[in-house]
Amino acid sequence: MDLPAFWFCVIALLWLGYLFLEGFDFGVGMLLPILGRGEAERRVLINTIGPVWDGNEVWLIVAGGSMFAAFPGWYASLFSTAYLPLTVLLIVLIGRGVAFEYRGKVDTARWRKSWDAVIVLASWAAPLMVGLMLSATVFGLPLNANGDRVGSPLVILTWPNVLGAVSVLAFSLLHGAAFLALKTEGEVRARAQRFALTLGVPLLAPLAALLLVAQLREGASWTWIPLLTSLAAGLAALGRQARSRDGQAFTLQGIALAGAVVTLFGALWPNVLPSTLDPEWSLSVAETASSPYTLAVVSWVAAFGTPAVLVYQGWTYWVFRKRIGTKHIPPVHVP
Amino acid sequence: MDLLDIARWQFGITTVYHFLMVPLTIGLAILVAGMQTAWYRTGNERYLKMTKFWGKLMMVNFAMGVVTGIVQEFQFGMAWSEYSRFVGDVFGAPLAMEGIVAFFVESVFLGLWIFGWDRLSKRVHLACAWAFSLATVASAYFILAANSWMQHPVGVKLVDGEPRLSSIWAVLTNSTLLAAFPHTIFGCFAVAGTFVLGIAAWKVWKRDRAGAPHDEDRRVWHKSMRVGAWVALVAFAGLAVSGDVQGKLMFSQQPMKMASAEALCHTEQPASFSVFAYGDVSQPDCESVKSLTVPFLLSYLAHGDFSTEVKGVQQLQQEYEQKYGANYPDDPRLGELAGEPIDYQPNLPVTYWGFRLMIGFGAVSALSAAAVLWFTRKGRFPTGRWWGPLALASIATPFLANVFGWVFTEMGRQPFVVVPNPNPSGVDGVRMYTAQAVSSGVAPGEMLTSLIALTSVYAVLLVVEVFLMVRYARGGFEAVMPPKHSDGGGDDSDSDEDSDVLSFAY
Ligand code: HDD
Ligand code: HEM
Ligand code: HEM
Repeated sequence: MDLPAFWFCVIALLWLGYLFLEGFDFGVGMLLPILGRGEAERRVLINTIGPVWDGNEVWLIVAGGSMFAAFPGWYASLFSTAYLPLTVLLIVLIGRGVAFEYRGKVDTARWRKSWDAVIVLASWAAPLMVGLMLSATVFGLPLNANGDRVGSPLVILTWPNVLGAVSVLAFSLLHGAAFLALKTEGEVRARAQRFALTLGVPLLAPLAALLLVAQLREGASWTWIPLLTSLAAGLAALGRQARSRDGQAFTLQGIALAGAVVTLFGALWPNVLPSTLDPEWSLSVAETASSPYTLAVVSWVAAFGTPAVLVYQGWTYWVFRKRIGTKHIPPVHVP
Repeated sequence: MDLLDIARWQFGITTVYHFLMVPLTIGLAILVAGMQTAWYRTGNERYLKMTKFWGKLMMVNFAMGVVTGIVQEFQFGMAWSEYSRFVGDVFGAPLAMEGIVAFFVESVFLGLWIFGWDRLSKRVHLACAWAFSLATVASAYFILAANSWMQHPVGVKLVDGEPRLSSIWAVLTNSTLLAAFPHTIFGCFAVAGTFVLGIAAWKVWKRDRAGAPHDEDRRVWHKSMRVGAWVALVAFAGLAVSGDVQGKLMFSQQPMKMASAEALCHTEQPASFSVFAYGDVSQPDCESVKSLTVPFLLSYLAHGDFSTEVKGVQQLQQEYEQKYGANYPDDPRLGELAGEPIDYQPNLPVTYWGFRLMIGFGAVSALSAAAVLWFTRKGRFPTGRWWGPLALASIATPFLANVFGWVFTEMGRQPFVVVPNPNPSGVDGVRMYTAQAVSSGVAPGEMLTSLIALTSVYAVLLVVEVFLMVRYARGGFEAVMPPKHSDGGGDDSDSDEDSDVLSFAY
């Protein structure tokens, strides 16, 4: 495999890491008012991701930074064409990050309610924008020969892209519920399990539809394998959930997501961003890749950096592995 | 306003805003790690109190640094797509490295530090503090490598008119970077030192005026104040030394910026340094400006002796026209500027005053730190009415100095976004005008929307952050120390592992 192909895979992997990790973060945020009844329970929900959400978000930063380093044209065209959705994404991520940190720092109901609103709103909006951007890179955008958008700022809103947005949202919701079933105890856990079971099939349906559309439009024959793996793992996860095997259910959902990402990036290959106006203008892996020297440099950094990240990020999850319940939540202690 | 202006305002506003949080985070993180080390080694509760209090303020600030940083990372692609395409081969690498090497460490170990007081052994917990604070310094290194490359491109060759990275080592050891990095980090310590000084002095002042006893808490505040003052003072000395090095590099690498920093219209030999000007510095004609000057000083700043010739903007304009062309290329993407004559002078009032305000505000903060050290020796503290408010007000000075430093550096390199390297070895062809860098596929209305939205969100959040800081500063140690009945030491992790209540939770 040559270096551009390798970096195409690395970027797929970074997006997978991001969708997997921040996917459940978003889900927990969305479920805050649904599964958390009362202040103590809401604090349980937030604290399941408290120590880790920032580390999860860095996957997005590194995914973006790596696209810049390895495929500058991809980064430039996709980010400038998806300008408005990205602006929304940035603003809601700003609100969400600050909300987690500030919510507990003043002890009044109004203060907490306002930040809760920010968390919930942002957690619903962010996966929509991520999904929109990712499916746009798979299905293509109206780009001219220079890689710039032709048309209005809203040309990104085609039905396959909207389907992509909805599938990331729905998957994150389910993934958040599975995560909460794994990380909490008592009432909250029971509710999370019930939520995942009742809504599991409808929440997986948009993702399945997205994968089929991508497969039928752009797929290769080998991408049927990850596609079917993804669907099977998604259904198997629900089966495990029904037996209260929270860890297995969560892992299987991760496999479902991995299958989905491989299918989508497999369908995208050998392009990084197709032009819907003229295939001549599509940005391809080969043409947009940085020079071999640059790719070699970042490969060395990634070769040493990534395993280290996986080890210490994994270690955080180990340190904070215990389930949390309302009885663990300390009283509020602020000035 | 056209697209270029909107993009520039947006980049300026969001970056300056990001850099309000950044220096406080970097400086305070290291100071807090130092305080925690003192606690680890001595077991003295005084240092625990300091760690907890300043650590809390750092966390309030850190969150804002993180979320505004993401905007920066994405903005190159969103608003400066032509720039990203042109420099991506070189510029993306340090950005990706920053993410992989620094941001992951920062975010993961900060989470461990905040939530890990009762989950980790004292030693490991302290190691987490050092891990994330050193990672903030590493992130500064990589991002400044990217920025220094724009000021002075090195380590590249031109292939089909575009820069291709030929040596990452050259980029990471760029002379511009080796001067800018210490200068910026000292700037961070100036901010953090003054911040600690200001708040701690205000606490002592309030207590003394209320007639509170000279108890242990007062000693801790007093100690914090003096630590802050020393840090600020040493930082300023470091700033002056590293700034001097930067001035010499600027003279050889960006002569136009040097001349603009002085609003120097005609070439002078030996050149004198203008301390203060009245009249209209935006007219480089020497007639409209009267200025108070120190003879020979500019020659010294530029080259280390008292006789060097320093070129003025008028002569440089001609030299630049010969080297880089008198007119913009006839490129439709340049819009109105296509084919127009190029004005190689940056905005003179901004560069002239930016440079002076950077040094001036820095000097004011250094003087106040020295005054504090003098007036508060041996546990003393003056009780005058104005000392408290004055101490608080001094917090602003290094922030302002930093902002003016960046505005000067960034606007002083206009009209270039990538400044040509004067070294005629192949790299001198690498350059880009800011007007060519902006995204060509984005509509002005679209960008105006994001400019307004981001600016409003930032304005609101600044109010919230300051509000929280004030609250925590008022609350003092009681609000951050664990309540008395539980054990807040965090040393016996085994027994805590099974205990019911978390020692910290959102
Ligand atoms: C001299 C230092 C410095 C400078 C010039 C910049 N930053 Fe910064 N940045 C930091 C120093 C820093 C930091 C101290 O490392 C921060 C602040 C708070 C934090 O969490 O990390 C940070 C945070 C931060 C983050 C969030 C990291 C996280 O989630 O942990 C991103 C994505 C960026 N920055 C990106 C940028 C970009 C693209 C810049 C250029 C335009 C930039 N920063 C200028
Ligand atoms: C590595 C870090 C940085 C990079 C890569 C960078 C890059 C850029 C770019 C691409 C522009 C737009 C072109 C222009 O309008 O000049 C710009 C402008 C600007 N930057 Fe930076 N910058 C960095 C750091 C900073 C920081 C930390 C600050 C200050 C806090 C800053 C202040 C500004 C300002 C004020 C402008 C507007 C200049 C103008 O309008 O002419 N920059 N910079
Ligand atoms: C005697 C004092 C100082 C001198 C001689 C000095 C000199 C300089 C010079 C020459 C530059 C421009 C480098 C270039 O663009 O090529 C610069 C940039 C800068 N200065 Fe200073 N400075 C001084 C004090 C300060 C202080 C007190 C602060 C902040 C607390 C500060 C913060 C900055 C920042 C943030 C930049 C832009 C980033 C960079 O290029 O490193 N400076 N300074």
